[in-house]
Amino acid sequence: MDSLMLDGNAVAGLLQEVFAVEMTAAIGTCAGCGASEPVGAVHVYRGAGIVLRCPHCDNLLAKVVKDGTRVWLSFPGLQTLAVAA
Amino acid sequence: MAGTALLGRLTWQIAEVVDVVAETPRVKTIAFDVPGWPGHRAGQHVDIRLTAEDGYQAERSYSIASAPDGERLELTVERLDDGEVSPYLTDELRAGDQIELRGPVGGYFVWEPSQGGPVLLAGGGSGVVPLMAMVRLRAAISGDVEMRLLLSSRGWDDVIYRDELERLNGDSLTVVHALTRSQPPGWTGFARRVDAEMLAEVGPSPAERPHVYVCGPTPFVEVVAEAFVQLGHDPRQVKTERFGPTGG
Amino acid sequence: MALVSRGFRGRRAPADPTRVPPGQYVTNDFPVLSAGPTPHTSLDQWDFSIAGEVDEPRRWTWEEFRALPSEDVTVDIHCVTKWSKLDTVWQGVSVDTLLDGIETSAKHVVQYCDGGYTTNVPLEDVTGGKAWVAFGYAGEPLEPEHGGPARMLVPHLYFWKSGKWIRGLRLQAGDEPGFWETNGYHNYGDPWREQRYWGD
Repeated sequence: MDSLMLDGNAVAGLLQEVFAVEMTAAIGTCAGCGASEPVGAVHVYRGAGIVLRCPHCDNLLAKVVKDGTRVWLSFPGLQTLAVAA
Repeated sequence: MAGTALLGRLTWQIAEVVDVVAETPRVKTIAFDVPGWPGHRAGQHVDIRLTAEDGYQAERSYSIASAPDGERLELTVERLDDGEVSPYLTDELRAGDQIELRGPVGGYFVWEPSQGGPVLLAGGGSGVVPLMAMVRLRAAISGDVEMRLLLSSRGWDDVIYRDELERLNGDSLTVVHALTRSQPPGWTGFARRVDAEMLAEVGPSPAERPHVYVCGPTPFVEVVAEAFVQLGHDPRQVKTERFGPTGG
Repeated sequence: MALVSRGFRGRRAPADPTRVPPGQYVTNDFPVLSAGPTPHTSLDQWDFSIAGEVDEPRRWTWEEFRALPSEDVTVDIHCVTKWSKLDTVWQGVSVDTLLDGIETSAKHVVQYCDGGYTTNVPLEDVTGGKAWVAFGYAGEPLEPEHGGPARMLVPHLYFWKSGKWIRGLRLQAGDEPGFWETNGYHNYGDPWREQRYWGD
């Protein structure tokens, strides 16, 4: 356990900037281990950009990089994301 | 799931400082007036943005401490000595100053009265802030939802909202303190870090299916959330928010 | 411009503009950034490899690696998140030493690290005295949170190009964008041309 690690709550504002809806209550399913968790509960690391990892298996779920005008997102390890319609 | 999704892109709003009040030697509550504030839910936070004259910017997130109250919201900030933002907020800001903030943000780590109880709140240090919004919301609506707060602090003088919690204690709100580093003379309460044994004592039992909220520094949240699961609480009923050294 | 916050300065050290690339601020701290949990590979499990398009792959255990000639270097480092740290002192083995005598037609290198992080650099950017595998910082063994037991040190590029917890270099004919290069960060990353993102 890394004391610098945070959770999806820390990127709530960033994700809402992009998706225009509240995202921490969205449910993500890990493509690695199959676990499902709200985005608010996933592990967040800050490197050059933001990294979201599965709290059960540390699988890389998503990367987020932001410059002044664009946000790049990838979801290499996210099987699905369920957002309330 | 209670509540509807918040819609719309977040925008930066101007917040004006109304008041700055010391909670403990290192912690202050800053009250803001935010024209057009849409209201907020207990547990949500705001992102604030500071800009220096040369354009340098710093952003941080702070949990909202107050229950919804029109266009007023309160943030409680712990001053980190080597921090970049917190010393500015606690030492520099005065009534009339304006800063930018956006929000409210969050939808996972929230408590809605319609969820009912019992509710178990576990806070480490400044992790009590979003939990206090839940406590205050419950008090404001005169809810009879059973709520327990276990608050871990270094010492008695470090307990944030100490007097207010004393006043609220007893009226279907139970407040239990753990003082981890120093205790006042005659202290009979918990004098160690929160552990599974302490959580089992403070209850409620897993059979009562409480809504559990854990907030504080990452090491605190990891230990406490794991302990709740070991005690038999349904992991889906345990919600966590980790605070970290974003830079202060 | 955004609202200026009266009296806010941030915690920045004074900067010599000839030493600080555009858009950077000098810090006296050493911020810890990471793409994942800190790995804890024990030294008896650790090894470092050179592989790929080489006549003979190489591998060193920790003892073998530490027996190689090493040097102290003082360099400035620049993170794409805008902080720069001047006069940082490292102890490490030059990549030239590790590649000494190797025959290759490769033009590109992929750094691969414990935890799965990768980053790509042209071979000419890690040779000729420009890069090290560093095992010491400020006179002490490199701490795990800063990449210990060993990390890459490629100070002329943004610091995401210096992989923490390095385990090897793969030499390749073709370029292979790494962890951040595939997600918005610049493929080369020269701080003096402010090459932070795609299209810069």
